Amino acid sequence: MNTIKPLLVAAVVSFALPAPAILKVFACEPEWGALVRELGGSKVEVYDATTGLQDIHQIQARPSLLAKARSADLMVCTGAELEIGWLPLVRRQSANPRLQPGQLGYLEAASAVTMLEVPESVDRALGDIHPFGNPHVQTDPRNMIKVAAALARRLAQLDPTNAAGYQEALAAFNSKWTQALERWQAKAAPLQGAKIVAHHKSWPYLADWLGLEIVGLLEPKPGIPPSSTHLAGLLSDLQGQPVRAIIRSGYEDARPSEWLAARIHAPAVLVPQTVGAAPAAADLFTLYDAMLDALLGAK
Amino acid sequence: MDIRPHIALAAGVALIGFSPLAAAQTISSNALNPAISLILDGRFNSFEQDPANYELPGFQAGPETGPGEQGFALGEAELNISSNVDDMFYGNLVAAIASEDGEGVIELEEAWIQTLALPAGFTLKAGKFFSRIGYLNEKHPHAHDFADVPLIYRAFLANNLKDSGVQLRWLAPTDLYLEFGVELLSGEGFPAGGRADKGQGMSTAFVKLGGDAGVSNTWQVGASMVDAKAIGLTSEAYDDPAGTPQPEFAFSGDSDLVGLDVVWKWAPQGNYKQRNVVFVAEWMRRSEDGTIDTDFGGGPETGAYSGDQSGWYAQAAWQFMPRWRVGLRLDALAADNTVSGLSGSLALDRDTHDPQRTSLMVDFSNSEFSRLRLQFNADDSYPGGDAQVMLQYIVSLGAHGAHQF
Repeated sequence: MNTIKPLLVAAVVSFALPAPAILKVFACEPEWGALVRELGGSKVEVYDATTGLQDIHQIQARPSLLAKARSADLMVCTGAELEIGWLPLVRRQSANPRLQPGQLGYLEAASAVTMLEVPESVDRALGDIHPFGNPHVQTDPRNMIKVAAALARRLAQLDPTNAAGYQEALAAFNSKWTQALERWQAKAAPLQGAKIVAHHKSWPYLADWLGLEIVGLLEPKPGIPPSSTHLAGLLSDLQGQPVRAIIRSGYEDARPSEWLAARIHAPAVLVPQTVGAAPAAADLFTLYDAMLDALLGAK
Repeated sequence: MDIRPHIALAAGVALIGFSPLAAAQTISSNALNPAISLILDGRFNSFEQDPANYELPGFQAGPETGPGEQGFALGEAELNISSNVDDMFYGNLVAAIASEDGEGVIELEEAWIQTLALPAGFTLKAGKFFSRIGYLNEKHPHAHDFADVPLIYRAFLANNLKDSGVQLRWLAPTDLYLEFGVELLSGEGFPAGGRADKGQGMSTAFVKLGGDAGVSNTWQVGASMVDAKAIGLTSEAYDDPAGTPQPEFAFSGDSDLVGLDVVWKWAPQGNYKQRNVVFVAEWMRRSEDGTIDTDFGGGPETGAYSGDQSGWYAQAAWQFMPRWRVGLRLDALAADNTVSGLSGSLALDRDTHDPQRTSLMVDFSNSEFSRLRLQFNADDSYPGGDAQVMLQYIVSLGAHGAHQF
């Protein structure tokens, strides 16, 4: 009896006390995973559903994603139909009421920023276009401030006991990020007005931030791989234009940009589109340094 | 100009507190329309044998099983309408519009609702749906890697198991994907028939386990069982490969099936855009016990039947460059049946020829929404065999389809 009593007390106490609440976060893309880690620190456990070397359009609702979504308290995704092929299925099959529409457990970064390239009309003959605008919002670091604010608010709603902590983390992030933005903008001054050719239509937000001019795309239509006829047409269009770089994301085939690079005497460069898309893009801060370094190094 | 509607609108907006931005958006009655998509499937088939004489020796043919029509043929046009119903339910309707003998017919493939917000990992589905047994069963034909179904699906499930009923699934709260499910069905769909047990003539159970192995590999294994009762499950009259007329016959009794499935997918760094490999293998075994009713011309007669049948397929599809894939599939079936007390012989008796088939395919997908496929079958599923060439297009219109695993 004497030995059982403390055990019983321990059992009751451990049952009655809420376990240290760690929010489980399912991040659709690595940049949002990194942002959640910045704001949540030790109060969150983040699962990155994809990597910087994967084409987000092509992900499947694979078993591991369903298993992770089942236990998630919060899902942070780009939205704007970037994940249209797999995310609706993952949410629906996750058997997780917290992630359903109208619940606090789902946050779209696109809902916090101003969308670019919202089409006037949509037609699949134009390729795999997104009716709510271009979803590649993370390539403009100014958008991170807006998404961070929405995210900190959401974390506080889901985990009110730590609300003050998330606000502090947001303030600290904002101050670090504002400094970094100033540094990046100074560093990027030589890129103003630079003419760029891109593999996919992934970069309007970057172009908007840095004043780049996207003068050509390797894909004939969004989502349709570069064809030799399209590349030949692009080559003749670009004659006489000083192209600074032909850029591609971490998951895109290097060959089309290298083919063009050899003919227009502009370098083909990999510009990391997210954390992990290149070794130098190790976290949210080094991501934009690596983006700028890739563009600045191309002459 | 009449400005009254504008004033009324402005007042309404002010009253319910919409922001000017929301008011500026187009007001339309179709904003809540469900997602609608349409799949079109067209074919050109070239066979050496007349498909009207097709039989799988040792097996009772289910409805609409066989190689399909010669020459130009239309596959099913599939209309899919889906939407969240409210915060608790999701609804889906899939109708197949097919051309039969020159006439358009609409068949209800699926019509179901599913819960979104049950606690503790449970999901309940009700209505008519494709059973979640096996790997391929829940996928619609346009999502298959080959133009026709594996022989085990043709022989055991009449292409796929679908019926009306309920399905309960439980997803375990583990990092490894672990799902258990049971279905209680009406017993109308093949291999059941006749809505036995007051319209509860079939039940299934399944378990699925899956996960990632590193960033480049994903796997899933599953086990399934089907417990079906048939009352007068009828096969239509046909001519056998030798041109001999075969009578209609009906099976009544128990049909029990077990199956195992394994799926492995590989893509470098998990990036499916450039290159990937999908490997699928399934094995099924069925035991049947009951009676056969038929008529060889001398009046109705009844015989005893017990069947022990098994089969498997293994297939691999390799995307070797963006948009292009090649695939190989091997199929096999075997039956060991005992039919007694009948005055003649049926397909069920002819269990000495083990059906086999080898298929090769190459397909090209211009975009995610269109695919052209060429397939060749060395079909030894019945004596004499057949060489089959199939040319197929599959396109998807409307709402973006889901990338099912």
